[in-house]
Amino acid sequence: MLAALAPWAAAASAEPTVAFVGGMVMPVASAPIPVGTVVVTGGRIVAVGPAATTAVPEGAERIDVTGKVLIPGLVDTHSHIGGGSGGDSSGPVQPDVRILDSINPRDSGFRKARAGGLTTLNIMPGSGLLVSGQTVYVKLRRVDTMDALLQRDAAGNALVGLKMANGTNSQRDPPFPGTRGKSAAIVRQKFTAAREYQRKLADADVTKRPARDLELESLVECLEGRRIVHHHTHRADDILTVLRLREEFGFRVVLHHVSEAWKVPGDLARAGVPCSVIVIDSPGGKIEAMDMSLATGAVLEAAGVPCAFHTDDPVTDSRLFLRSAALAVRAGMSREKALEALTIAGARMLDLDARVGSLEPGKDADLVILSGDPFSVRTKVLQTWVEGRKVFDRDDPEDRLFAVGGYGAGRDQEAEMCCAGPTK
Amino acid sequence: MSDRPLRSTIRSLAFGLAVALVALAAGSATAAGETLAIRGRIIHTMAGDPIPDGVVVVTDGRIVAVGPAATVAVPADARVLEAAVVTPGLIDAHCVVGLSGYLNQDQDQDQLDASEPVQPELRAFDAYNSRERLVEWVRGFGVTTLHTGHAPGTLVSGQTMVVKTAATAGVLKPTAMVAVTLGDAGRAQGEKKAPGTRAKSVAMLRTELAKGVEYRRKQADPDPEKRPAPDLRLEALARIVAGEWPLLVTADRATDIEAALRVAEEFGIRIVLDSAAESHLLVDRIRAAGVPVILHPTMKRAGSGETENASFETAATLRKAGIPVALQSGYESYVPKTRVVLFEAGVASANGLTIPEALATITIDAARILGVADRIGSLEPGKDADLALFDGDPFEYTTHCTGVVIDGAVVADQPR
Repeated sequence: MLAALAPWAAAASAEPTVAFVGGMVMPVASAPIPVGTVVVTGGRIVAVGPAATTAVPEGAERIDVTGKVLIPGLVDTHSHIGGGSGGDSSGPVQPDVRILDSINPRDSGFRKARAGGLTTLNIMPGSGLLVSGQTVYVKLRRVDTMDALLQRDAAGNALVGLKMANGTNSQRDPPFPGTRGKSAAIVRQKFTAAREYQRKLADADVTKRPARDLELESLVECLEGRRIVHHHTHRADDILTVLRLREEFGFRVVLHHVSEAWKVPGDLARAGVPCSVIVIDSPGGKIEAMDMSLATGAVLEAAGVPCAFHTDDPVTDSRLFLRSAALAVRAGMSREKALEALTIAGARMLDLDARVGSLEPGKDADLVILSGDPFSVRTKVLQTWVEGRKVFDRDDPEDRLFAVGGYGAGRDQEAEMCCAGPTK
Repeated sequence: MSDRPLRSTIRSLAFGLAVALVALAAGSATAAGETLAIRGRIIHTMAGDPIPDGVVVVTDGRIVAVGPAATVAVPADARVLEAAVVTPGLIDAHCVVGLSGYLNQDQDQDQLDASEPVQPELRAFDAYNSRERLVEWVRGFGVTTLHTGHAPGTLVSGQTMVVKTAATAGVLKPTAMVAVTLGDAGRAQGEKKAPGTRAKSVAMLRTELAKGVEYRRKQADPDPEKRPAPDLRLEALARIVAGEWPLLVTADRATDIEAALRVAEEFGIRIVLDSAAESHLLVDRIRAAGVPVILHPTMKRAGSGETENASFETAATLRKAGIPVALQSGYESYVPKTRVVLFEAGVASANGLTIPEALATITIDAARILGVADRIGSLEPGKDADLALFDGDPFEYTTHCTGVVIDGAVVADQPR
């Protein structure tokens, strides 16, 4: 009830009914429907099925998508758009820092992400710290405040993760670690302190409970499985180090980038730890990525390891996110798993699979209208919808500017705001 | 334990291709008299319309015949390769592959010496590593020729070269152009170092070119005693002002592109515009100047700053205006360490170019801009036998490059 009355939920309930008719529907949760109908009311999907058997409610706005392809809104498990920042260079462990306090919702990156069909993002601080701060899960609603972008739980709390890293990015002069062993030790020390804090918090005698500690509070949420650790890691041994820490502290973790995951698929499968993979055009660029393989998706699929892709935008462009999965198909991944890796697999890694990641009744009406095969270079994102509202339309010249590029597309604020003041 | 078979499967999945490539890297050129025939359901010769069900016959590393399979005789002893689509070997019209190594460590980065702002005497072939892993990587995607060398980053960073991606194939042009960077990327790093501004960059470039003019004038003195002592830097500048070596001017902002054209006109020198993110704003000006553009990678990160106004459609915009345009993989400072020009042309083909037009940007038009179209860039009798084979539309993400031939030698034959 509280959620329904909250300002961020109020708009959705007034939404009219919209029916997408005539197109091929790829629900992800079930087999593709050659000619399907998707019905949306109040920001939620209410029906998905073959056109012949799925009724369009009277009075519904019909959107003819004949010859086009409907897929769920894309889920990007690892993005850096919005110009946000995490922890600073004062120390290697800063779990209290929230990236949501630093993001510019007018950044053109959001418009480009909508142009790429993205609807749910995990926006993260960087990998320069062992713990660089709290990530934030957002919905790409067409809004201009950070609070309105937030993905919230039923109680209205912002949903966030914790960004961690190992390997060379987070190694430098003290107080940062200089070695991999030191990196792990610092993390273990901090989680050990969090355990102690957690224990004391449970003290029956309220007076004996510790003062609030934002750093440890954040880690306790991870220890209790209420917050997912998103862990940057490349080399096979670094991947195994994360699995070891997970074993010791029991946090839930998604491994990110995983250049060498293809070397240890058995370990990953046994641990049941999901991987969010970046697909880039060549190996190298840093030593840890020297053995990057385009076949990582195929290898993880063969091993039964849950696999999603991510943009790491700006490392890869959000507008080309479908391409990441297509290149994985080129290297042997099945089309079915590759589409899952852009949608439901990522949703699971964010604990949002009950709400997004597939076209099913009851889920948020986040969907993308494509001009054709999701994995063709010539396919265009025509429209992107979030919670039953159109947030990108390639036919709108202003939206098209951000889809294609051109003068004004790079400004870090919305085009209509161009004259409000100097850009940075 | 239990995953050992899985691991070995995986290793072969991930590395089988690489191993096969290494085994083939040395290649075996068609021996004297030996003949190779490459048959394709579609052959894009880039010299006329695509040929359905065609064949290319190769002897001694050269193309000897191209045409419909029904009419071109294939010698009985020819080794036959088949593919859905056959194209000329692809040309990356500008990159730093072979100088900027994949590990991105100090010891494998030879694309830029920032100790001085103007160093046109630095030769690319003194730094090019033909066995660098990224050479093999791009070759696997059909790239047979690179225009590579000194990177953007200082005002005049050095020379570029044109080289094939087979270690044994040699250099097509030891010096192709001299790299110049205008705009923000060409600024000297550090306090009180020149050039510190755009205007200063152009002033310094003009000053250097004026030195080249003067050196050249004095060198022509009938009295040998009055000629200047040899100077490698001035020698390079003299070749530039003589029109022997074009300047490859990296300029993204329209301001910098205009400045480059202005300087070219002042000194009557040849230039090629490089990267040119805002060239779509200056189409008439560039066409009037008759200057070709080696455009930034289609997927170049727009980000903020110099390239923020880049467009996926610029290749199409320039080509439709009649401006010669080639595509490049560019310079990458992080991951990925190189782009693949096949992929860049693919995205251009999805943003306004037809398949043959997009192919031209990485074959014949690139060859013309680089001045090597007499040897490569199209499939015609007498040209080098450099070919790329595909199992479908070369530009589709899910198509594979199934074979690469350089000088008649099969240098890759595993799907990539």
